[in-house]
Amino acid sequence: MTGSEGAAWVFGDNIDTDQLAPGGTLKGGVEEGASQCLRAVNPDFAGQVRKGDFVVGGRNFGIGSSREQAAQALCHLGVAAVIAPSFGGIFYRNALNFGLLALVCAEAGKISQGDRLTADPETGEVRNLSRGEVYDCEPLPAHLLEIVSAGGLVPYLERKLR
Amino acid sequence: MGLTLAEKLIARAAGRDEVRPGETVTVRVDLAMMHDSSGPRRIAPILERLGAKVWDPERIVLVSDHWVPAVDAQSAEILAITRRWARENNIEAFYDMVGICHVVLPQGGHLRPGMFAVGGDSHSTTGGAFGCYMFGVGSTDMAGVLVTGETWLKVPESIALDWSGKLQRGVCAKDINLALCAHLGLGGAEYAAVEFTGSLIAELGMEERMTLSNMAAELGAQAGLIAPDETTTEWLEAAGGNPGEAAPWRSDKDAEYSATHEFDAGSLEPQVAAPHSPANAAPASSYKGVAIDQAYIGACTGAKLADLHMAAQVLDGRQVARGTRLLVAPASRRDMMQADTDGTLAKLMGAGAIMMPIGCGACAGFGGGVLAEDEVCISSTSRNFQGRMGAQSSKVYLASPYAVAAAAVAGEIRDPREFLAKG
Ligand code: SF4
Repeated sequence: MTGSEGAAWVFGDNIDTDQLAPGGTLKGGVEEGASQCLRAVNPDFAGQVRKGDFVVGGRNFGIGSSREQAAQALCHLGVAAVIAPSFGGIFYRNALNFGLLALVCAEAGKISQGDRLTADPETGEVRNLSRGEVYDCEPLPAHLLEIVSAGGLVPYLERKLR
Repeated sequence: MGLTLAEKLIARAAGRDEVRPGETVTVRVDLAMMHDSSGPRRIAPILERLGAKVWDPERIVLVSDHWVPAVDAQSAEILAITRRWARENNIEAFYDMVGICHVVLPQGGHLRPGMFAVGGDSHSTTGGAFGCYMFGVGSTDMAGVLVTGETWLKVPESIALDWSGKLQRGVCAKDINLALCAHLGLGGAEYAAVEFTGSLIAELGMEERMTLSNMAAELGAQAGLIAPDETTTEWLEAAGGNPGEAAPWRSDKDAEYSATHEFDAGSLEPQVAAPHSPANAAPASSYKGVAIDQAYIGACTGAKLADLHMAAQVLDGRQVARGTRLLVAPASRRDMMQADTDGTLAKLMGAGAIMMPIGCGACAGFGGGVLAEDEVCISSTSRNFQGRMGAQSSKVYLASPYAVAAAAVAGEIRDPREFLAKG
């Protein structure tokens, strides 16, 4: 299940849910929210991120509110995985529930903007093709991996309940 | 080796004798709380897609607090969907515009020590003040709970935050929270279950304890627990709930904490956190003179009855400064009625406070009272992330109700002790 290659978008510590999903966009749909995602820290991100790219965060990525639009926006923009040394607890759950791979990676700080990456959710291995480096991430427990591979909690439950 | 309070609560819900940090366990959920913003409008489509019904309507509490009262057709629709869903799913415990979820939940007698609960809101850690294991989840996660009555959890490490000594006059739980954010850093607890311990905590009333547990969210804690005691059971009894047993729900003497931080309450000064992070907290005196456009007393964090009392102590017989406005949005109808009966509201309004509807209001920028570009606000809420309370360039300073009231009177940030008689 080795993922395909994409570019890294690198952000700092404590990227919060108000930055990922600004309050003013919550009344509307996911398109509107996604178009404003992270505008306060990188105004180019939402417009230029490509399907299959990676978001690399610092500590506590996604700290703040329980609004799952924060994870949903990244999914909608086609982000393949979020890689960070630590996550806001609720964001982490929300990401997996949307089928967005969230990898806890102590070495995330070694990744630079634009580096070409691949990530393998099963081994938890992130490869930095630009630098020829491999980083180990905390492996996901089996049933969470199942949720992510199913494409999120809803498709997972759909399968289970049927 | 003994268990911490967090481990005992999780083990009970997992049907196990013990659990240890790092394990991922499946747990039965005793109570699910959600609100208008993260609730039915997002959950109903998921349940429909799954063709599933809620597992137990009696274990669900629904609160409309974020978009109340409606300010436009879109927010009105969100509230209408919430009401319809409550009706269709036989949700008895539906609180429509009578208060903020984290305050209404215990006031409605829904919490009991030993419970395992989830809430569709990050400040669900507030339930920890009652000896419940309670944390926030997103809507999809909540939909999973509603369908199965279960969820999963990685057992967190426990961190003890031990406070001894007595708080000075004009210093309160909110100052403890802000000082902790500065000390540990935003998210500094990194998923741990924090437990507030020590002689000070035992002396605090339930509303102050709720404030402590509430802002465990800003510490990045998975839960913010306080061992229940007589104060807890008396409060819950008065709220008309079943207080259950407090005694089993405390950490064993030989329980293992990943860290214990000790603090002396007596040396704590009133705190103010500068924009745009609660971790930018420092003694109020260091921000003295910062001019304020709006002072806001609101939110689950800072507009409960005890919070309104603190503001009234400063405002009694004084006037809000010219050029500054003071908005007050009480946390619940019950708090507002009690504040009316005991004369607190008269003191607030006498000083020039503008009373706002009960609810989340401007806290997350949804309701009335949001900020214009470049405006400066001092607020008793919990978060001052950029743009949260209105325009991107607006600035929010976080502080206790005492300090917000003091700034309203002075028109600038001050140490609230200047406005309180020594005693
Ligand atoms: S008052 Fe603020 S912090 Fe509390 S639930 Fe409402 S939006 Fe969240």
